[in-house]
Amino acid sequence: MYVYDEFDRAFLAERVADFRDQVERRLSGALTEDEFKPLRLMNGVYLQLHAYMLRIAIPYGTLSSDQLRRMAHVARVYDRGYGHFTTRQNIQFNWIKLEDLPQAMADLGEVGVHGIQTSGNCIRNVTTDQWAGATPEEFDDPRIWAEILRQYSTFHPEFTYLPRKFKIAITAAPKDRAATKVHDVGLRLHRNEDGELGFEVLVGGGLGRTPFVGKSIRPFLPVRHVLSYIEAIMRVYNQFGRRDNIYKARIKILVHEIGAEAFAEAVEAEWANIRDGALQLTDEIIDDIRARFLYPDFAALEDEPAELTAALEDPRFATWYRNSVHKHKVPGYSIVTISLKPVGAPPGDATADQMDAVADLADAYAFHEIRVGHEQNLCLPNVATRDLPELWRRLDAAGLATPNVNHISDIIACPGLDYCALANARAIPVAQEISKRFADLDRSRGIGRLHVNISGCINACGHHHVGHIGILGVEKNGQEFYQITLGGRADEHAQLGTLLGPAVSYDQVPGLIEDIVDAYLELRSSPKELFIDTVHRLGVEPFKERVYATH
Amino acid sequence: MAAPQQQKLKVNGPVAVTANRLADGAVVWRTAAGGWSTALGDAAVVTTAPEAIALLEGAHKRDTDAVGAYVAPVVLGEDGAILPGNLRERIRVNGVTFELPASEPPASTLPAA
Ligand code: HEM
Ligand code: SF4
Repeated sequence: MYVYDEFDRAFLAERVADFRDQVERRLSGALTEDEFKPLRLMNGVYLQLHAYMLRIAIPYGTLSSDQLRRMAHVARVYDRGYGHFTTRQNIQFNWIKLEDLPQAMADLGEVGVHGIQTSGNCIRNVTTDQWAGATPEEFDDPRIWAEILRQYSTFHPEFTYLPRKFKIAITAAPKDRAATKVHDVGLRLHRNEDGELGFEVLVGGGLGRTPFVGKSIRPFLPVRHVLSYIEAIMRVYNQFGRRDNIYKARIKILVHEIGAEAFAEAVEAEWANIRDGALQLTDEIIDDIRARFLYPDFAALEDEPAELTAALEDPRFATWYRNSVHKHKVPGYSIVTISLKPVGAPPGDATADQMDAVADLADAYAFHEIRVGHEQNLCLPNVATRDLPELWRRLDAAGLATPNVNHISDIIACPGLDYCALANARAIPVAQEISKRFADLDRSRGIGRLHVNISGCINACGHHHVGHIGILGVEKNGQEFYQITLGGRADEHAQLGTLLGPAVSYDQVPGLIEDIVDAYLELRSSPKELFIDTVHRLGVEPFKERVYATH
Repeated sequence: MAAPQQQKLKVNGPVAVTANRLADGAVVWRTAAGGWSTALGDAAVVTTAPEAIALLEGAHKRDTDAVGAYVAPVVLGEDGAILPGNLRERIRVNGVTFELPASEPPASTLPAA
């Protein structure tokens, strides 16, 4: 866990007091809506279809059990008893009253959480791998770098009024769980031949109405230069990014229009002036931040304890274990993913009771720490392997042991027309229906890894472009229609999906998805070939022929 | 459905003016008396663009009651009841189209052994 200092706490308290004052002035009419809107947005407060929504950042996806319990409290006291975990390591409360918002924020501020950098044209909450600090694959703990960037970017005066919002993601493992290639800036930590730590720097990725995969502009940037290099990127963007047209204001458009090479040259030229200046990170600064991340006191434990061997006799436990548990860097420990996708439920939602249950389990088995991943699931990063059977029983009792991680029912979906004022079509009920069709876990296991991502409009909050199957809600003559894409992916081989064919109506979507899956089962070269690999081998045509023949 | 606030005003059927209540975001409808009601049945329904614009201008005069006012289609039922005119407004009036997560944990989600 990261330990916040007095400065952070005092700062948050002041910020909440400011917001309380702004809300009072708004309610009394002293502030107009036009004056108030940018202020509320800077605190993560949106107005949706039927209520205000509060978006709270979970920096680099790390939460303490106390913080999660406080979120449960907010859900219970000020909202309708649940919260929604999003694809950017945030949580959203959908029903908070404006009058109650300052108090809800004060309650959250007491445990160091807030809505800063969750909205507005600033550098947003920096996201990273939910397995940070725990996976044996990583070169370093990416949260250290996310925290350095967070401290640098929070209220940076030059970057508070950017042409548009700006999203940075970091991975420190070759396997990219943070979707770095579809962020404005993606940082990929690795070691060069001399064993030195550095970042590959990608720019210009993004989704929305004009999706792009990020382009690499520097294969290796020594870590001490990360701030000056980001600053150089931001300056080039601030200077040349378009402010005349909101749809062309993201950095991806600039990179696309002038080309990655020209963009890289401009950055390098800017960087040459500042690289050895005040932004260069000294070892002291890095060590200071590093020292604020406290790691659990791991015990020397066996990797295959008797408790595990015995429990694996139970096929239900074994199913969950194979699906939701991963290897930890410390022997005798495991990383546990908690699916927030029970069959038929809204993806990413957790009730207040479930949040409390997870917080209690984190206290009992996981050193008080919880993570949130971009797939809208939770994670306990540090669990003693011998405790897994007990943990599983208690997760199951709380409805949190669905063994469908990375299966077709582990769907990413945005709030869509059920909540969102910008939506064309619903996303959540589509996800619910698909997950019901594939409720049979043997069937979904037979299908293997398959990511279905759904967005209710072109803004792509549900990452549909990078779903193995992407579903985008559009509107035709007042009716909900859905475009289907195949072959997208958000990992280290990120790629945008290809349109399958004409949009289909709401009722046709689940059947169409079943047909696509049937086509895959027929077309795959062997049960080992994943859906995504079959699509890449054959293209969408053979799918199209089979699927539209029946519709 | 591009956000209705951003659409050009075209009126070809009954419409009402709707917004969100400032204090809690609740969906409200402009009444003939120049106030707001959470009941769609209380809405002032008009059928021409000038009437709709007049309602909207009234709504914009004061922004401490409700915000984000726009013109929304409605349908008149046989009994004269006022009903939402499209899916978006149906969701605003009736709530989300699925069951909200309840705070009791669902039954076991594991497959039978
Ligand atoms: C009221 C709710 C929301 C509003 C008004 C909203 C608005 C937007 C808009 C306007 C964009 C497009 C921005 C652009 O391309 O410049 C966008 C993109 C995005 N939003 Fe949302 N969003 C909402 C909820 C969410 C939720 C719930 C999530 C996570 C599940 C989310 C995550 C994202 C992501 C990942 C993108 C696309 C990535 C990118 O920025 O390129 N948003 N959102
Ligand atoms: S993709 Fe569209 S519908 Fe979905 S949350 Fe984003 S803005 Fe709303």
